Amino acid sequence: MKRHLLEAADLDRDDATLVLDTAAQIDQALAGREVKKLPTLRGRTVVNLFYEDSTRTRISFELAAKRLSADVINFSAKGSSVSKGESLKDTALTLEAMGADAVVVRHWASGAPHRLAHWVRGSVVNAGDGTHEHPTQALLDAYTIRQRLGRLEGVRVAVVGDVLHSRVARSNVGLLHTLGAEVTLVAPPTLLPVGVGSWPAEVSYDLDAVLPKVDVVMMLRVQAERMNASFFPSAREYSRRYGLDARRMGALHDDAIVMHPGPMNRGMEIAAEVADSARSTIVEQVANGVSTRMAVLYLLLGGSPQ
Amino acid sequence: MNAYLIKGARPLGGDPVDILLKDGRIAAIGDSLAATGAEVVEAAGLIALPGLVDLHTHLREPGREDAETVETGSRAAALGGFTAVHAMANTDPVADTAGVVEQVWRLGQEAGLVDVVPVGAVTVGLKGERLAELGAMADSAARVRVFSDDGHCVADPALMRRALEYVKAFDGVVAQHAEEPRLTVGAQMHEGDRSASLGLTGWPAAAEEAIIARDVLLAEHVGARLHVCHVSTAGSVEILRWAKSRGVQVTAEVTPHHLLLTDACAESYDPVFKVNPPLRTDADVEALRAGLADGTIDVVGTDHAPHAVEDKESEWAQARPGMLGLEQALSVVIETMVEPGRLDWAGVADRMSVRPAAIGRLADHGRPLAPGEPANLVLVDATARASVDPAALASRSRNSPYAGRELPGRVVATFLRGVPTVLDGKAQK
Repeated sequence: MKRHLLEAADLDRDDATLVLDTAAQIDQALAGREVKKLPTLRGRTVVNLFYEDSTRTRISFELAAKRLSADVINFSAKGSSVSKGESLKDTALTLEAMGADAVVVRHWASGAPHRLAHWVRGSVVNAGDGTHEHPTQALLDAYTIRQRLGRLEGVRVAVVGDVLHSRVARSNVGLLHTLGAEVTLVAPPTLLPVGVGSWPAEVSYDLDAVLPKVDVVMMLRVQAERMNASFFPSAREYSRRYGLDARRMGALHDDAIVMHPGPMNRGMEIAAEVADSARSTIVEQVANGVSTRMAVLYLLLGGSPQ
Repeated sequence: MNAYLIKGARPLGGDPVDILLKDGRIAAIGDSLAATGAEVVEAAGLIALPGLVDLHTHLREPGREDAETVETGSRAAALGGFTAVHAMANTDPVADTAGVVEQVWRLGQEAGLVDVVPVGAVTVGLKGERLAELGAMADSAARVRVFSDDGHCVADPALMRRALEYVKAFDGVVAQHAEEPRLTVGAQMHEGDRSASLGLTGWPAAAEEAIIARDVLLAEHVGARLHVCHVSTAGSVEILRWAKSRGVQVTAEVTPHHLLLTDACAESYDPVFKVNPPLRTDADVEALRAGLADGTIDVVGTDHAPHAVEDKESEWAQARPGMLGLEQALSVVIETMVEPGRLDWAGVADRMSVRPAAIGRLADHGRPLAPGEPANLVLVDATARASVDPAALASRSRNSPYAGRELPGRVVATFLRGVPTVLDGKAQK
């Protein structure tokens, strides 16, 4: 494994498989235990550096680090020196001086974790940067798919929604391709980046045509505000053309699953009866997020053979 | 002493000759000149060019003297072989009055390293709302002829039309920063394959091309002079070629960095490569080189844009756009145009001295190397190669995109009206 996890491309097939296998071992080790804690990272310090509010991701990383017995510091940009104008570099040097072994960073700016990695000696884990990547989300998604379907090779995955602004989509396209899955991106053309043609994925504008052919439908959060910038005419039209409702869910084959990275806009990109159906893996994704992030921290900080 | 005898230099790469400079002018050119009392400058093997002229320099003074001053920028210019630079108007306060342009002009005179020629803002405060007092700036001691809101596009088509028309009264030219602002909201880099994967908001080529297309039509309609700053796309070159074929009075500029670097640089997320317009693709670079070679693009303008460390050592989106250029401009042109055989030395003189001086209406620059002409010239060792060390630059800032890159060409001496501003590669003040 590389020292940092900044984007899906940092993981080759062996590394990615190792993370998923390690997460599975962790799940087994903790299954049925009353005290869900491993001593692996005792004495190590993990800093959660969050420049953007994301309670779910922060809690997931915090829990992962704590279950590995690491010391966890939460450094939120709001109400700290950061909001008083301290630069990313100065913050990095501060964390460095405090001896952070790993910095988990969430940032509104694409590439901020790459910059951070230049300035700290510890490992940097990208917990979502701007509209770039969110590699641990892709790992937990891959873990969830493998858990449900038993494999990743050849699995057909539709990623539906605001691909243009989605770090989840970018990481998933990269990682799923690495792991042998076949990705189709489905979105209105306005929500696909110019240049998407160079991605290892198919592109479709027609959700109904894609649904019967896939094993996994991954719905992306779509912000209703996007319609103000004319990405689509109205929330209703978006929902009609690209939302996953019960009727559309009926077009899926029997074993297909429905995923969502959360938080969901029920009624927008996904209907409540779909989100709550037996196909939905949304709650499992949250649980798997903790084990996968444990695996990442374990491999980056303590568990690597070298 | 005010006489220099340059021995064995090759004017525009031709046969070696001696050049005698006296009292600010070229006194004589010939073989084995002797001049008692003249200081001898050994120049065997060096190329002699007319002093370079930059149409596009940011000197940051007044306002951001921590990033650059007229003096430090002038020194960087002299070391780059320039004898005149046009100082862009986006200072603080903006150079939109006779008072500010005269201040910049005077600071340039005091520094005495290059002729600092102020550019006047087209609109008050660069806001794109109403014309600045263009006539007052033209009539001032700074004798402004180039007007630009550079950094901002004069996006309002009616205002642009009026600006083009108005400056005809004093033979001025509007230098447009071609960027349709509605198409570049939040833009961070060239829109294409790389912006898609890097998750950085794209700056589409069409945002530049649409404005250039509009402006050449306006310039044709009102019979005015238009200069297009920092052309960056293949499509822009095509539009300019078409406009010139119709006889539109349009000139265009390309920066050294757009001749050499591509959007691949953004993959580092190092904001030293963030610039506006952004670095483009290999195909664009090729079209720009071809356009400069065939004259569709008239000049190389540096867009020298110094920035303080804290404005560059940050997240990409947070960083200011712009990069240094004065000290490496000629080297980049040698690397991208001369060494591949696309431009000879006469071509370099034309694109970096003759044409920019003509666009800026500078009478004493861009002149032939001939007896009686002003002694503005530069001596270049074209064979020297060196790695760029930002810490060694004369600019007050360090945001060079060429750090660690080996480039050809070394400016050995620069003369401004017969006085050396650079000798032996060292600034003389």
